[in-house]
Amino acid sequence: MTKTLYDKLWESHVIRTYDDGSALLYVDRHLMHEVSTPQSFIAIEKKNGTLARPAANLAVPDHVVPTTRRDKPIADPLARAQTQRLVENVARHKVPFIPLNDPRQGIVHVIGPEQGFTLPGIVLACGDSHTSTHGAFGCLAFGIGASECGIVMATQAIRQQRARTMRVNIAGERGPFINAKDIALALIARIGANGAAGHAVEYAGPVISAMPMAERMTLCNMSIEAGARVGMIAPDETTFAYLEGRPMAPTGEMWRRAIDYWRTLSSDADAAFDREITLDISSVEPYVTWGTSPEDALPIGGRVPSPDEVAEPTRRTRRERALAYMGLKPGTRLEDIGIDVVFIGSCTNSRIEDLRAAAAVVEGRRVAKGVKAIVVPGSGLVCEQAEREGLAQAFLNAGFEWRQPGCSMCVGMNGDTLSPGQRSASTSNRNFEGRQGIGGRTHLMSPAMAAAAAITGHLTDVRKLAATRA
Amino acid sequence: MTPFTTLESVAAFLPEQNVDTDAIYPARYLLLMERDGLGPYLFRDRRYLGDNKRNDGFVLDREPFTQAQVLIAGSGFGCGSSREQAVWALTGFGIRCVIAPSFGEIFAGNAVKNGLLTITLPEDIVMQLGAAAERRAVFRIDLETREVHVDGERVASIDIGDNRRAALLNGWDETDIVLREDGEAIAAFEAQHRIAQPWLFQEADT
Repeated sequence: MTKTLYDKLWESHVIRTYDDGSALLYVDRHLMHEVSTPQSFIAIEKKNGTLARPAANLAVPDHVVPTTRRDKPIADPLARAQTQRLVENVARHKVPFIPLNDPRQGIVHVIGPEQGFTLPGIVLACGDSHTSTHGAFGCLAFGIGASECGIVMATQAIRQQRARTMRVNIAGERGPFINAKDIALALIARIGANGAAGHAVEYAGPVISAMPMAERMTLCNMSIEAGARVGMIAPDETTFAYLEGRPMAPTGEMWRRAIDYWRTLSSDADAAFDREITLDISSVEPYVTWGTSPEDALPIGGRVPSPDEVAEPTRRTRRERALAYMGLKPGTRLEDIGIDVVFIGSCTNSRIEDLRAAAAVVEGRRVAKGVKAIVVPGSGLVCEQAEREGLAQAFLNAGFEWRQPGCSMCVGMNGDTLSPGQRSASTSNRNFEGRQGIGGRTHLMSPAMAAAAAITGHLTDVRKLAATRA
Repeated sequence: MTPFTTLESVAAFLPEQNVDTDAIYPARYLLLMERDGLGPYLFRDRRYLGDNKRNDGFVLDREPFTQAQVLIAGSGFGCGSSREQAVWALTGFGIRCVIAPSFGEIFAGNAVKNGLLTITLPEDIVMQLGAAAERRAVFRIDLETREVHVDGERVASIDIGDNRRAALLNGWDETDIVLREDGEAIAAFEAQHRIAQPWLFQEADT
């Protein structure tokens, strides 16, 4: 019988199945952060329980940590207490931990791969919906809630419903400046924020094969914004080259045995998917969102749409709400939308490749007057590398703030927020109401597009801006 | 958790699509480390202007829906962030059942672990139920018989897997079940897995 990548990953982790088609899966790796786990530890300790395999976990604070003045204690007492709680919990249960002042600290979905904690063929869970990111390595990775975190910690297993399979073939040739973020937004605009619900998505095709790991992670990261809990890409030489020599990756004979196995992890040539779609990206332009769902995305050359185009009442209501919340009038050219804040960061777009793309745009230019622009690298290691490569200096010279790593303005828990009515160009993943602060208005886009918006002060086609330098 | 058998209540109707967990429970309250008492933060930014000024008019603040134990919404309810606080805030407010054409998967998984029943029904039926909710009809949700009644009339059946239903009816805690029933199976699997993929077990397990 032929199998998809998902089938192989699933079947290699089934401990037992249940009558209703669900299964108990073995969980190889669990990433912890300060926000998803306080209640999980309490639940375990209430039962006098312990962690099944402490070494299968890796903990790091990322969501609530400040991105400035790391030399001082965290100013917000709640954020300080939550970070401290993680420190105490992991110490009590002997969980491997990367503390705030460690150069390896960063966003869970950046440091997992960076440390080689994320590996092909594994089941990886984390109390964060963007855990789909790790599927870029050909593993089964998904977000879970705090109760499930507790179950995983106590049992090393989790009960899951098997997903339907969906393959997204990415075909065609990319135009200049087209990034995985544009591809993700184009896909979500087409299938909807709920379009892949119930499915495990595998991205495939020549564009994917040629894609570096950072972009594969961006694409898999955004799967949840299409409703899919799982996104994945079969591991290949690009994957192995990325992982070789990472601190927690296998070495020597174990490495050779591992890649022999990992090479078997791809969908069989004639494997059948429950659903298959092809996205030709030859005509994809840089995308931006205009509304309050990632599906509200359009090519930058477009205009703000009208609610009149939508007949179904809940969708129409949502669009009307979105326009009112965003303070936008139908028919407005997207390029005429002015912005106040630029955020380059998040588990979607804070890796070195993302910073290089943004820095190339800002190099030799200045941030527009009145615009506050910040760069928050995904990890301390990304931060150091960007400083070595001169990217940090390029951002500083242009008038950007260069911050310390964390989730920052993507989730707005650490004090990095928009004020009511402020509008951002953001490389993060969610433009929900209030996501970046009460009343804040978010436009999602790629790092190069966010950099271009910082320079001009409005949503901008980066290709036009680049042409002005030539 | 509290077992779920039957409930009878008015239902609140929120006719919107893709109501995300940031809307249900804004991120800044994730700094609280409790799981009880989160009801006041439910849909906080829809119910308040800023942090403290009441924005009257949200359905859950209108009588009789302040007493609603059932919430009816558009497709994609609970999409977005995995925060279980979205479920805790709903149950903290008194909501025990959400009816929608579809749900965010992580939200639905979190719900069942906290005695919150999610019922998936076709969009046209959900809209009819929403209209009945606005008429202040009385909803009866019976998980024993898997039936939804509106003003005494059976309008839909509840399609739910046996495991989820049993967990809700009995108020079971999944950690306890897994450890009790499957502890040996997990250990046996792990021993096999250790042989098949030894590179995953190189760390100093204690």
